[in-house]
Amino acid sequence: MAEIPLHHALLLAGGLFALGLIGVMVRRNLIFMLLSLELLLNGGGLALIAAGARWGDPSGQAMFIFVLALAAAEVAVALALVLQLQRRTGDVDVDRLGEMRD
Amino acid sequence: MEIAFYSAGAIALAAAALAVSRLHAVHALLYMVVALLAVAVCFFTLGAPFVAALQVIIYAGAIMVLFVFVIMMLTLGEADTVRERQWLRPGMWLGPALLALVLLLELVYALALTPEALRADTAVAPAAVGAILFGPYLIGVELAALLLLAGLVAAYHLARRDEGT
Repeated sequence: MAEIPLHHALLLAGGLFALGLIGVMVRRNLIFMLLSLELLLNGGGLALIAAGARWGDPSGQAMFIFVLALAAAEVAVALALVLQLQRRTGDVDVDRLGEMRD
Repeated sequence: MEIAFYSAGAIALAAAALAVSRLHAVHALLYMVVALLAVAVCFFTLGAPFVAALQVIIYAGAIMVLFVFVIMMLTLGEADTVRERQWLRPGMWLGPALLALVLLLELVYALALTPEALRADTAVAPAAVGAILFGPYLIGVELAALLLLAGLVAAYHLARRDEGT
Protein backbone atom coordinates (compact mmCIF):
# COMPACT_ATOMS: atom_id res chain seq x y z
CA MET A 1 0.00 0.00 0.00
CA ALA A 2 0.92 3.65 -0.16
CA GLU A 3 3.02 5.23 2.55
CA ILE A 4 1.21 8.46 3.22
CA PRO A 5 2.03 10.24 6.49
CA LEU A 6 -0.98 10.94 8.67
CA HIS A 7 0.08 14.61 8.79
CA HIS A 8 -0.42 15.06 5.06
CA ALA A 9 -3.91 13.58 5.14
CA LEU A 10 -4.81 15.80 8.13
CA LEU A 11 -3.36 18.86 6.35
CA LEU A 12 -5.56 18.14 3.33
CA ALA A 13 -8.58 17.73 5.63
CA GLY A 14 -7.74 21.04 7.33
CA GLY A 15 -7.38 22.80 3.99
CA LEU A 16 -10.76 21.56 2.78
CA PHE A 17 -12.32 22.56 6.11
CA ALA A 18 -10.81 26.06 5.92
CA LEU A 19 -12.09 26.55 2.36
CA GLY A 20 -15.56 25.41 3.41
CA LEU A 21 -15.45 27.76 6.41
CA ILE A 22 -14.53 30.68 4.14
CA GLY A 23 -17.42 29.76 1.85
CA VAL A 24 -19.95 29.63 4.70
CA MET A 25 -18.80 32.99 6.08
CA VAL A 26 -18.42 34.88 2.79
CA ARG A 27 -21.30 33.77 0.58
CA ARG A 28 -24.80 35.13 1.08
CA ASN A 29 -26.53 32.93 -1.48
CA LEU A 30 -28.05 29.97 0.41
CA ILE A 31 -27.10 27.47 -2.34
CA PHE A 32 -23.40 28.39 -2.04
CA MET A 33 -23.57 28.23 1.75
CA LEU A 34 -24.97 24.69 1.57
CA LEU A 35 -22.25 23.67 -0.91
CA SER A 36 -19.60 25.04 1.46
CA LEU A 37 -21.24 23.10 4.31
CA GLU A 38 -20.79 19.91 2.27
CA LEU A 39 -17.12 20.82 1.91
CA LEU A 40 -16.83 21.23 5.70
CA LEU A 41 -18.37 17.79 6.28
CA ASN A 42 -16.04 16.26 3.70
CA GLY A 43 -12.96 17.75 5.37
CA GLY A 44 -14.06 16.30 8.70
CA GLY A 45 -14.78 12.95 7.04
CA LEU A 46 -11.32 12.86 5.51
CA ALA A 47 -9.81 13.32 8.98
CA LEU A 48 -11.93 10.40 10.25
CA ILE A 49 -10.83 8.14 7.38
CA ALA A 50 -7.16 9.09 7.84
CA ALA A 51 -7.32 8.36 11.57
CA GLY A 52 -9.04 5.04 10.87
CA ALA A 53 -6.34 4.13 8.37
CA ARG A 54 -3.61 5.13 10.83
CA TRP A 55 -4.75 2.64 13.48
CA GLY A 56 -6.26 0.08 11.10
CA ASP A 57 -9.60 0.56 12.87
CA PRO A 58 -12.92 0.31 10.97
CA SER A 59 -14.52 2.84 13.38
CA GLY A 60 -13.28 5.73 11.24
CA GLN A 61 -15.12 4.44 8.19
CA ALA A 62 -18.23 3.69 10.28
CA MET A 63 -18.20 7.31 11.53
CA PHE A 64 -17.89 8.59 7.96
CA ILE A 65 -20.95 6.56 6.98
CA PHE A 66 -22.87 8.28 9.80
CA VAL A 67 -21.62 11.66 8.53
CA LEU A 68 -22.87 10.69 5.05
CA ALA A 69 -26.36 9.89 6.39
CA LEU A 70 -26.35 13.17 8.33
CA ALA A 71 -25.33 15.14 5.23
CA ALA A 72 -28.07 13.52 3.15
CA ALA A 73 -30.78 14.37 5.70
CA GLU A 74 -29.43 17.89 6.22
CA VAL A 75 -29.31 18.67 2.51
CA ALA A 76 -32.83 17.36 1.92
CA VAL A 77 -34.30 19.61 4.64
CA ALA A 78 -32.15 22.63 3.75
CA LEU A 79 -32.95 22.47 0.03
CA ALA A 80 -36.67 22.20 0.84
CA LEU A 81 -36.23 25.37 2.94
CA VAL A 82 -34.47 27.05 0.00
CA LEU A 83 -37.38 26.19 -2.30
CA GLN A 84 -39.88 27.53 0.25
CA LEU A 85 -37.82 30.74 0.67
CA GLN A 86 -37.67 31.23 -3.09
CA ARG A 87 -41.42 30.70 -3.31
CA ARG A 88 -42.20 33.23 -0.58
CA THR A 89 -39.65 35.98 -1.25
CA GLY A 90 -38.49 35.23 -4.81
CA ASP A 91 -34.91 35.32 -3.54
CA VAL A 92 -32.22 33.03 -2.09
CA ASP A 93 -30.54 35.70 0.07
CA VAL A 94 -29.78 34.32 3.54
CA ASP A 95 -30.61 37.69 5.11
CA ARG A 96 -34.24 37.22 4.15
CA LEU A 97 -34.53 33.88 5.97
CA GLY A 98 -35.91 35.72 9.01
CA GLU A 99 -39.00 36.73 7.02
CA MET A 100 -40.12 33.09 7.02
CA ARG A 101 -41.08 33.21 10.70
CA ASP A 102 -44.66 34.26 10.05
CA MET B 1 -0.16 5.23 -4.78
CA GLU B 2 1.49 8.25 -3.10
CA ILE B 3 1.41 10.20 -6.34
CA ALA B 4 -2.31 9.45 -6.66
CA PHE B 5 -2.97 10.77 -3.15
CA TYR B 6 -0.99 13.98 -3.58
CA SER B 7 -2.33 14.81 -7.05
CA ALA B 8 -5.91 14.06 -5.97
CA GLY B 9 -5.40 16.21 -2.88
CA ALA B 10 -4.15 19.12 -4.98
CA ILE B 11 -7.12 18.73 -7.34
CA ALA B 12 -9.52 18.62 -4.37
CA LEU B 13 -8.12 21.83 -2.87
CA ALA B 14 -8.10 23.68 -6.22
CA ALA B 15 -11.62 22.54 -7.13
CA ALA B 16 -12.90 23.45 -3.65
CA ALA B 17 -11.37 26.92 -3.89
CA LEU B 18 -13.00 27.41 -7.30
CA ALA B 19 -16.33 26.03 -6.04
CA VAL B 20 -16.62 28.54 -3.19
CA SER B 21 -15.59 31.47 -5.41
CA ARG B 22 -17.68 30.97 -8.58
CA LEU B 23 -20.48 33.43 -9.33
CA HIS B 24 -22.75 31.02 -11.17
CA ALA B 25 -24.31 28.24 -9.07
CA VAL B 26 -24.03 25.57 -11.78
CA HIS B 27 -20.29 26.24 -12.28
CA ALA B 28 -19.74 26.00 -8.52
CA LEU B 29 -21.68 22.73 -8.48
CA LEU B 30 -19.54 21.18 -11.23
CA TYR B 31 -16.32 22.16 -9.42
CA MET B 32 -17.82 20.72 -6.25
CA VAL B 33 -18.41 17.37 -8.00
CA VAL B 34 -14.76 17.37 -9.10
CA ALA B 35 -13.64 18.12 -5.52
CA LEU B 36 -15.79 15.31 -4.10
CA LEU B 37 -14.48 12.80 -6.67
CA ALA B 38 -10.90 13.83 -5.85
CA VAL B 39 -11.60 13.30 -2.13
CA ALA B 40 -12.97 9.86 -3.07
CA VAL B 41 -9.60 9.06 -4.71
CA CYS B 42 -7.91 10.17 -1.47
CA PHE B 43 -10.13 7.77 0.50
CA PHE B 44 -9.19 4.95 -1.86
CA THR B 45 -5.46 5.60 -1.52
CA LEU B 46 -5.84 5.76 2.28
CA GLY B 47 -7.13 2.17 2.21
CA ALA B 48 -10.89 2.75 2.43
CA PRO B 49 -12.35 1.44 -0.86
CA PHE B 50 -15.89 0.97 0.49
CA VAL B 51 -16.15 4.56 1.70
CA ALA B 52 -14.64 5.79 -1.59
CA ALA B 53 -17.45 4.02 -3.48
CA LEU B 54 -20.05 5.49 -1.10
CA GLN B 55 -18.56 8.96 -1.62
CA VAL B 56 -18.94 8.64 -5.40
CA ILE B 57 -22.45 7.16 -5.27
CA ILE B 58 -24.05 9.20 -2.48
CA TYR B 59 -22.09 12.49 -2.36
CA ALA B 60 -21.07 13.05 -5.98
CA GLY B 61 -24.15 11.21 -7.22
CA ALA B 62 -27.27 11.62 -5.12
CA ILE B 63 -26.59 14.80 -3.11
CA MET B 64 -25.19 16.77 -6.04
CA VAL B 65 -28.13 15.69 -8.25
CA LEU B 66 -30.42 17.06 -5.52
CA PHE B 67 -28.54 20.38 -5.81
CA VAL B 68 -28.90 20.32 -9.61
CA PHE B 69 -32.66 19.80 -9.33
CA VAL B 70 -33.08 22.66 -6.87
CA ILE B 71 -30.94 25.02 -8.97
CA MET B 72 -33.04 24.11 -12.01
CA MET B 73 -36.23 24.91 -10.07
CA LEU B 74 -34.83 28.25 -8.84
CA THR B 75 -34.20 29.51 -12.41
CA LEU B 76 -31.25 31.74 -11.51
CA GLY B 77 -30.47 34.23 -14.26
CA GLU B 78 -28.01 36.91 -15.32
CA ALA B 79 -29.26 39.27 -12.59
CA ASP B 80 -28.18 36.79 -9.90
CA THR B 81 -24.65 36.60 -11.33
CA VAL B 82 -24.41 40.40 -11.32
CA ARG B 83 -25.62 40.49 -7.71
CA GLU B 84 -23.14 37.77 -6.71
CA ARG B 85 -20.36 39.89 -8.20
CA GLN B 86 -21.48 42.82 -6.05
CA TRP B 87 -21.52 40.62 -2.95
CA LEU B 88 -18.13 39.09 -3.66
CA ARG B 89 -15.91 42.18 -3.53
CA PRO B 90 -12.48 41.78 -1.88
CA GLY B 91 -13.63 43.90 1.04
CA MET B 92 -16.32 41.32 1.74
CA TRP B 93 -14.28 38.13 1.61
CA LEU B 94 -10.84 39.28 2.78
CA GLY B 95 -11.65 39.41 6.51
CA PRO B 96 -13.32 35.98 6.86
CA ALA B 97 -10.67 34.43 4.58
CA LEU B 98 -7.84 35.80 6.74
CA LEU B 99 -9.51 34.54 9.92
CA ALA B 100 -9.99 31.06 8.44
CA LEU B 101 -6.37 31.12 7.26
CA VAL B 102 -5.18 31.91 10.79
CA LEU B 103 -7.17 28.93 12.11
CA LEU B 104 -5.61 26.71 9.42
CA LEU B 105 -2.12 27.96 10.33
CA GLU B 106 -2.80 27.10 13.99
CA LEU B 107 -3.73 23.58 12.88
CA VAL B 108 -0.54 23.29 10.80
CA TYR B 109 1.49 24.52 13.79
CA ALA B 110 -0.14 21.93 16.07
CA LEU B 111 0.61 19.21 13.52
CA ALA B 112 4.22 20.36 13.23
CA LEU B 113 4.64 19.96 17.00
CA THR B 114 3.47 16.32 17.04
CA PRO B 115 6.00 13.66 16.01
CA GLU B 116 6.05 12.62 12.34
CA ALA B 117 6.46 9.06 11.07
CA LEU B 118 2.85 8.08 11.65
CA ARG B 119 1.71 6.27 8.55
CA ALA B 120 -1.91 6.31 7.42
CA ASP B 121 -1.72 3.37 5.08
CA THR B 122 -3.51 0.44 6.75
CA ALA B 123 -6.26 -0.88 4.49
CA VAL B 124 -9.53 -1.69 6.25
CA ALA B 125 -11.78 -4.19 4.47
CA PRO B 126 -15.49 -3.43 3.94
CA ALA B 127 -16.40 -6.61 5.86
CA ALA B 128 -14.82 -5.18 9.02
CA VAL B 129 -16.79 -1.93 8.56
CA GLY B 130 -20.05 -3.87 8.17
CA ALA B 131 -19.29 -6.00 11.21
CA ILE B 132 -18.63 -2.97 13.41
CA LEU B 133 -21.67 -1.07 12.06
CA PHE B 134 -24.06 -3.89 12.96
CA GLY B 135 -22.20 -4.81 16.15
CA PRO B 136 -21.21 -2.06 18.60
CA TYR B 137 -22.65 0.77 16.47
CA LEU B 138 -26.09 -0.79 15.92
CA ILE B 139 -27.82 1.95 17.92
CA GLY B 140 -26.10 4.53 15.67
CA VAL B 141 -27.45 2.81 12.56
CA GLU B 142 -30.96 2.84 14.05
CA LEU B 143 -30.61 6.54 14.90
CA ALA B 144 -29.35 7.31 11.38
CA ALA B 145 -32.40 5.50 9.98
CA LEU B 146 -34.67 7.61 12.22
CA LEU B 147 -32.84 10.78 11.16
CA LEU B 148 -33.27 9.95 7.47
CA LEU B 149 -37.00 9.26 8.04
CA ALA B 150 -37.37 12.58 9.87
CA GLY B 151 -35.47 14.32 7.04
CA LEU B 152 -37.81 12.74 4.48
CA VAL B 153 -40.94 13.88 6.33
CA ALA B 154 -39.52 17.37 6.91
CA ALA B 155 -38.43 17.79 3.28
CA TYR B 156 -41.87 16.70 2.05
CA HIS B 157 -43.63 19.02 4.46
CA LEU B 158 -41.40 22.05 3.81
CA ALA B 159 -41.31 21.80 0.02
CA ARG B 160 -45.10 21.41 -0.25
CA ARG B 161 -47.04 24.25 -1.85
CA ASP B 162 -49.57 25.92 0.44
CA GLU B 163 -52.89 25.30 -1.28
CA GLY B 164 -55.18 26.81 1.36
CA THR B 165 -53.64 30.27 1.49
